[in-house]
Amino acid sequence: MLEIKNLHVNVEGKKILKGLNLTVNAGEVHSIMGPNGSGKSTLASVLAGRGGYEITDGEVLYKGRDLLELEPEERACEGVFLAFQYPVEIPGVGSIQFLTAALNAVRQHRGLEELDALDALRLFKEKVKALHVSDELLGRSVNEGFSGGEKKKNEIFQMAVLEPTLAILDETDSGLDIDALRVVAEGVNALRSPERGFLVITHYQRLLNYIVPDFVHVLVDGRIVRSGDKKLALHLEEYGYAWAGDRDPAEAAAS
Amino acid sequence: MVPKVEKSKALELYLEQFKRLENGAGGPEWLRPVRQAAMARSSELGFPTVRDEDWKFTNLTPLSKKAFAPAAAETKLSLDDLAGFVFRGQESARLVFVNGRYEPELSDSCAQPGGVLACSLRQSLELQPELVKLHLAKYLDYEHDFFGALNTAFVEDGGFVYVPDRVVVERPIHLIYVSTETPSPAVTHPRNLIIVGEAGEGAVVEEYVSQGGEEYFTNAVTEIVAGPSAVLEHYRVQRESRRAFNVGTVRVQQSRSSNVSCHGVHLGGGLVRNNVHPVLAGEGAECLINGVFLPAGKQHIDNFMRVEHASPHCDSRQFYNGILNDSASGVFSGRIIVHKEAQKTDAKQTNRNLLLTDEAQMDSKPQLEIYADDVKCTHGATIGQLDDDAIFYLRARGVPEDTARTLLLFGFAAENLERMRQAPIRDYVESLVTEWLPHGEVLKKLR
Repeated sequence: MLEIKNLHVNVEGKKILKGLNLTVNAGEVHSIMGPNGSGKSTLASVLAGRGGYEITDGEVLYKGRDLLELEPEERACEGVFLAFQYPVEIPGVGSIQFLTAALNAVRQHRGLEELDALDALRLFKEKVKALHVSDELLGRSVNEGFSGGEKKKNEIFQMAVLEPTLAILDETDSGLDIDALRVVAEGVNALRSPERGFLVITHYQRLLNYIVPDFVHVLVDGRIVRSGDKKLALHLEEYGYAWAGDRDPAEAAAS
Repeated sequence: MVPKVEKSKALELYLEQFKRLENGAGGPEWLRPVRQAAMARSSELGFPTVRDEDWKFTNLTPLSKKAFAPAAAETKLSLDDLAGFVFRGQESARLVFVNGRYEPELSDSCAQPGGVLACSLRQSLELQPELVKLHLAKYLDYEHDFFGALNTAFVEDGGFVYVPDRVVVERPIHLIYVSTETPSPAVTHPRNLIIVGEAGEGAVVEEYVSQGGEEYFTNAVTEIVAGPSAVLEHYRVQRESRRAFNVGTVRVQQSRSSNVSCHGVHLGGGLVRNNVHPVLAGEGAECLINGVFLPAGKQHIDNFMRVEHASPHCDSRQFYNGILNDSASGVFSGRIIVHKEAQKTDAKQTNRNLLLTDEAQMDSKPQLEIYADDVKCTHGATIGQLDDDAIFYLRARGVPEDTARTLLLFGFAAENLERMRQAPIRDYVESLVTEWLPHGEVLKKLR
């Protein structure tokens, strides 16, 4: 579904991603772990199409197409979803208004009929209920005055509404209390299906107790230095990133 | 230094017009000296120039060189022509003025048994002569205000609203000023007087629209008197022609514990000056100045706020948001004056502006004059573009870029619209703003 080949990315002239390779197949949950500054969020931003990133080499194929050619909204319509590390507060724009605009843009692209305001609202209420999130968020402006946890839950709620094919979670767990963490994990687990892929970017192993990944990758200094299954995450938790990054992978594997 | 007064062409014309009115002899006897003093004062003051600190960003040359005359009394408007401006069934009263003249045929005035009065100023001189005499021209500072003086000299008609003590008028009272096509550029001097008695409550909407009028000059003054614990929502919706001049002054006198909101919605006009001047004269009074201005093309909208805290424990809030398109220009001057006795003042001022093009221009100037020592005053102004992060956030959810921008622009204005408590008016203003926005039609589906 997603093939990242030798991806090199600069930000303001500085090399951040230095030849990243990753393949996510439908039905798989991949976790990317890494220390601060390793390029995790850059990867998420590049996949979602945020401006300000210079792709100097490599390619990204999504469902066989060149993902990097698409506008952010086209990517979203094609099923790419990014749960933001820092969801944006948008005063004055109602959550319902925003989500209806998003949902109908996506539905239109997918050849589905647009929902009218009432049906859209019904769907939103269903989804908040299923996620055990307060429907109070629907009556507010997008993320305005939300706590950190509320914002992250809102991201997961939006994901549930838009039903993406590839969901990227950018440190969605950072700073979350255990209740919010469960909501996030349940939201992801409810969407897990043979058709969907997940890229769960995190700094800590904790989230992976709830979202059990099929693969764990360690990103250090712009490259994936190590890949394994969920046990790798536990190992990292114990030994730290230095263990994965500092040693030559071949040597580390032999020891 | 007294600048040399050079009588402009327009000013000479106004003096002539005043003479033709027999030097202000019309109306009640007591008004005559007021008018004469006002005319004399406006002649002395002359048109303000950009050398005047309060007019630094607004060049009035086009107005001072232009000849405007009162319009002849003839109209062929019907109520159907006004359909777009009337909130059917949602108004307590409607007063319609065409080219400055009250049109009873188009109006639905109100003289309720409870004593609520919504009628033309002329009628009020018969129905409530003492009240009018007590308040008219008592608050407006025409000694220092050229346009206020000019309006006072030419006081002829306008809206009169009286809400007696402890009476609550639930639905808004609507004043509509319509400019129609005239053979030559017309001037009007609408004068409104709004009086809300102790613990009375009401809402008044002043609307300025064009129905065929192109180049004309509206010089409006509204005096608002809020009694103790009175509550008033006042709206000025300005939809003049893009070639019109509109100078409007709202002067509010607030008694103890009164609560007045002055909302402004400025969409029209070629050259607009929007003066709002509340004086918090009684302890514990609160006022809200809230509005949006949306100039496009070559429009120039100058918002001049002057909030005077003259008593202790008063709160004032100012929120003005501007969106400027094309080569439009805008001004926000927010002056907060805290008098010595106004301890425990809590004053806040925010002016945020979005420039949609490189040609659009905005000047924002907060001014605090504080003579008391125990006060809380804050102000903030921003001038910028839409937030790229917010645009990206919306796009990353599938919303096309144009729609994302429109949504964000609407949201920017909506913060201010949400403070308008009268639902029918808020809905109406929302639809006006939606129509104004680039790609505004996309929002209709989302409401």
